[in-house]
Amino acid sequence: MGYTLNFNLIWRHFDKLWGGLLLSLELAVISIAIGILIGLLLAVWYVSAGRAVRTVIAAYVEFIRNVPLILLVYLVFYGLPTVVDIAYSAQTSFIATLSLYSGAYLVEVFRSGLEAVPRGQLDAGKAIGLTPWQRLVHVRLPTMLRITLPALSNTFLSLFKDTSVASVISVPELTYGAQWINFNTFRIVEVYLVVTAMYLLTGYALLYALRLVERRFRAAH
Amino acid sequence: MSISPPANPALLDISDVSKSFGSVEVLRAVSLQVTRGEVVTVIGPSGSGKTTLLRCVNFLESYDSGSIRIDGKEVGFREMGTHQRRSERDLAKMRAETGMVFQSFNLFPHLTAAGNIMLGLRKVRGKSSTEARAIAEHWLGRVGLAHKADSLPAELSGGQQQRVGIARAVAMEPKILLLDEITSALDPELVGEVLEVVRSLAEDGMTMVMVTHEMAFARDASSRIVFMADGGVSAAGPPAEILGTEIDNERLRSFLARFRASHF
Repeated sequence: MGYTLNFNLIWRHFDKLWGGLLLSLELAVISIAIGILIGLLLAVWYVSAGRAVRTVIAAYVEFIRNVPLILLVYLVFYGLPTVVDIAYSAQTSFIATLSLYSGAYLVEVFRSGLEAVPRGQLDAGKAIGLTPWQRLVHVRLPTMLRITLPALSNTFLSLFKDTSVASVISVPELTYGAQWINFNTFRIVEVYLVVTAMYLLTGYALLYALRLVERRFRAAH
Repeated sequence: MSISPPANPALLDISDVSKSFGSVEVLRAVSLQVTRGEVVTVIGPSGSGKTTLLRCVNFLESYDSGSIRIDGKEVGFREMGTHQRRSERDLAKMRAETGMVFQSFNLFPHLTAAGNIMLGLRKVRGKSSTEARAIAEHWLGRVGLAHKADSLPAELSGGQQQRVGIARAVAMEPKILLLDEITSALDPELVGEVLEVVRSLAEDGMTMVMVTHEMAFARDASSRIVFMADGGVSAAGPPAEILGTEIDNERLRSFLARFRASHF
């Protein structure tokens, strides 16, 4: 038996994949932007708060880290609207989920980054008379960002791959585009080969770009 | 009846300060007065509380009892002996009255030499960016680093970093400069350039309290030497007296003997 590869049908529907890739990137960028906000806010709150707040933040982090992403996606898209009276599109629901998801991981990243800022730098900030807020903004955060940049780009890369989970609620990102072509052309090997290559190439390009940014940051600091 | 102010009021008045870390008493009723323009050197074996005392003066460390006043104002606590900690905002204001130079430099790694000096000038002293830059350049010139204004700390040698550290502290025009073993982390050949800067500040009349192991420098540059042992002031006086051979203090004698043995 022989199976001959035929990519013609894939190229005919390539707009589905291209559009899907762009949407995947968009989902990842928006989610990490919101995730960074959540992560920063909670990490700063965590290191300066009392036990009660710490427990609540830790519970959020543990919950997200121990539940599979796909389940979170189902919970937010199907579960939440049946309990509370809200309506949102699949795409919005997914962005919300992925933001909460990345936020939880980034709380950990930022928290350990904040704690890794050498005490001497904070002492120096105190000694020149900076207020706690000024020490946070001008001393602690810049150093923390420098420390956490590699972890931040890794999080972004895995988030880009995680956008494929959005296909289970029919968000037309890259993996969903692949499934659509598969259902309509049955060229299963071809379409998944192409999509794999697309994830791979985009991932590499992102990694390369992010490493460049990291290097620039190191050189400039 | 009028109460006349003392003839030479202390700029820094440390009185009966005690502090414990857990069950270890690191400061035992320490008292020390420093007048304007004085250079006071604190010496003593490690663990004698020198650094802790210095860190109490700008309230990087709190203390359990006693009082520390600068220009008559209690540093870390609200007035009237309540032992109630000042608000963080007030503490920041009080700390701006003193400058501190650290053993490990503690420059802000993301800011240039000038940027390190400008941060406090802008955010604490409210200077404009141009004013702050001018002041930073003036002080970098004073410490011999005018050409390094735009270098990052990582691009500077230890001695250069420490000189930036000194410039950062004095640019704020503090009432007192606190120097915490500022040459201990330096290679021997870089010690001289840093001490030279301190000497020129002393000649300007800057009031300083320094903890150091540089005995020769302490002898030459200070107006008074304080010997600390076991968390208390064990002896204090002019350098010639404290470092001389006549002194009747067994602990100081053995400290100096051990010190000389290890340095020659």
